[in-house]
Amino acid sequence: MEKFSTLLSPAIPLIQENVDTDQIIPARYLKATSREGFGEHLFKDWRFDEQGHPKSDFILNNPEYSGSILVAGENFGCGSSREHAAWALVDYGFKAVVSSYFADIFKGNALNNGLLPVQVSPGSLKELLAEVQSNPMTLIEIDLEAQLLRVPEIGIQEHFEINPYKKTCLINGYDDIDFLLSQKEKISAFEQKHIEF
Amino acid sequence: MGKTLFEKVWDNHIVDTVDGGQEILFIDRHFIHEVTSPQAFDGIRKRGIGLYDKHRIVATADHNVPTKDQHLPIKDELSRLQVDMLTHNCEEFDIDLYGLGHKNQGIVHVIGPELGVTKPGMTIVCGDSHTSTHGAFGAVAFGIGTSQVEQVMATQCLLVQRPKTMRITIDGELGRGIFSKDIILYIISKLSTSGGTGHFVEYAGSAIRSLSMEARMTICNMSIEMGARGGMIAPDETTFEYIKGREYAPSGQQWEEALAYWSTLYTDEDAVFDKEYVFNAEDIEPMITYGTNPGMGMGITQHIPTTQEVERPDNLLQSLQYMGLTPGASLLNTPIDHVFIGSCTNSRIEDLRIVADYVKGKKKADNVQAFIVPGSKQVEAQAKAEGLHDILFEAGFELRGPGCSACLGMNEDKIPKMEYCVSTSNRNYEGRQGPGARTLLVSPLTAAVIAVEGKVVDPRKYLNEEALA
Repeated sequence: MEKFSTLLSPAIPLIQENVDTDQIIPARYLKATSREGFGEHLFKDWRFDEQGHPKSDFILNNPEYSGSILVAGENFGCGSSREHAAWALVDYGFKAVVSSYFADIFKGNALNNGLLPVQVSPGSLKELLAEVQSNPMTLIEIDLEAQLLRVPEIGIQEHFEINPYKKTCLINGYDDIDFLLSQKEKISAFEQKHIEF
Repeated sequence: MGKTLFEKVWDNHIVDTVDGGQEILFIDRHFIHEVTSPQAFDGIRKRGIGLYDKHRIVATADHNVPTKDQHLPIKDELSRLQVDMLTHNCEEFDIDLYGLGHKNQGIVHVIGPELGVTKPGMTIVCGDSHTSTHGAFGAVAFGIGTSQVEQVMATQCLLVQRPKTMRITIDGELGRGIFSKDIILYIISKLSTSGGTGHFVEYAGSAIRSLSMEARMTICNMSIEMGARGGMIAPDETTFEYIKGREYAPSGQQWEEALAYWSTLYTDEDAVFDKEYVFNAEDIEPMITYGTNPGMGMGITQHIPTTQEVERPDNLLQSLQYMGLTPGASLLNTPIDHVFIGSCTNSRIEDLRIVADYVKGKKKADNVQAFIVPGSKQVEAQAKAEGLHDILFEAGFELRGPGCSACLGMNEDKIPKMEYCVSTSNRNYEGRQGPGARTLLVSPLTAAVIAVEGKVVDPRKYLNEEALA
């Protein structure tokens, strides 16, 4: 997993709320057996028409907007547990998603793939979306160490929460499995006394 | 202070608590399928480690399998590759696989309970969000991503943040023609698609207690549709009766010991939940969704909200444009093109019985294509044995082999663009049943009545006095 420290980038605004993982990557593209290449199918049915031509009204197809931060409407990533949604966002080039609310499984999947979910207040999200929409070159700074999201242009400086363990993992590029493997003795000892039917 | 049902089961599986409050949670059973497991097996191989315990894993092929001609090789090359890879991985790691053609094959959340693998007090995970289904037995069951599938394969544990607790109580009696699917669609319409986020839900109350296991599974199944981590129901006589005698159920002295333990799995009277909701069963109508997430549902005689009635009119209009519907309109009499009865929400024997009971001696409408996809080979076999297949066939329903099918359209069972599908599945997202497909979620009875009438109707008006009481 890639290490994450500070990110300074323009952002892409996706105003839709309740963006579900079927929109992030439709089920028919889940047939691959590796983790690579899903970026091509990110937001497939919003990005492309049936002939495979880019839809000009979708934000990712608007050349004015670019960057490695996605600012999305409330409750991003609801629905299916498919980690392919996180893989697709990372493969496309996103390093952080900012929203006022994330669905639980998506949030976990994102963190396990070095994609930082940054939860801000609904008020800040509204301001952020408006700013990024009207000024596509506005830079957003995400400082993971300090747990701060800053947009000096509009005077936003907001603290965001992240589990301290997950923060350490992201900063160092560790994943949970390394940690759990180091706990195998404890796990076996637990299993010895664990009663189940 | 007493404990909630959730806390009793969760606490019983804590190996350790680490910095930052994350807990190492021991996982009793791990279900895997072809779509979310290949990258996890790959990870295990790359790390050069084995499985922690192959006996705790149960595999089946469901998401990607065709529902026609299941005895023939899978035509779609990518689907075939994925299913073959599951077979290969299960052989390499010596895991029990109920693959295509096996008598126990079926949707992972249907076969777990029917084999007796799913039991009260367990922790159960699967790389599928509808793993919450198994909570109907008083298990802590939830969906995970593929990185976590790999973690569980390697260590039988997950590193997780303890969710908050929520109780949803439904008291009273359901009216005629109203089922557990209506209860859960009603709850989600009240709480919204994110109302349960961060929480583990317990469903309680007299209306829940009176439900069969199949009906309870339907409710727990859709917990994720309100964003909840999972849903559960305290085990009782109905639960024990269901489990008894199944292939992996305990027997003899072990059964007695299991019963003694399972009987302790309930929420103590003085336990406290982070959130509580109470609803009346009498307020629940047959439900139908009109929008593009499961929270956009209403009683079938109600009207779609107007733009004045919602917080975000732009979201409503975008959804309704996709659905080809109008704010403030009624759905009654809307012509329907497809009726799909299936999915891990409603494809069990009880669901098929409800449909067969209603359509017996009737014919589906000419404008409707109706198909039924049983949840498993066992459901299919039982439906045949009970004569349901003949009834459904004579009513003009197409009968398929088991799988996830048109719930998510990974195989060839897709609903064509802009066509309306009344579906017993769990998600009405844009494109869920195929690009451009328009999904209306309902109960199996409502789906059966609509299949016969060819348009959206209130199922209560079509019931005989004696039927389905």
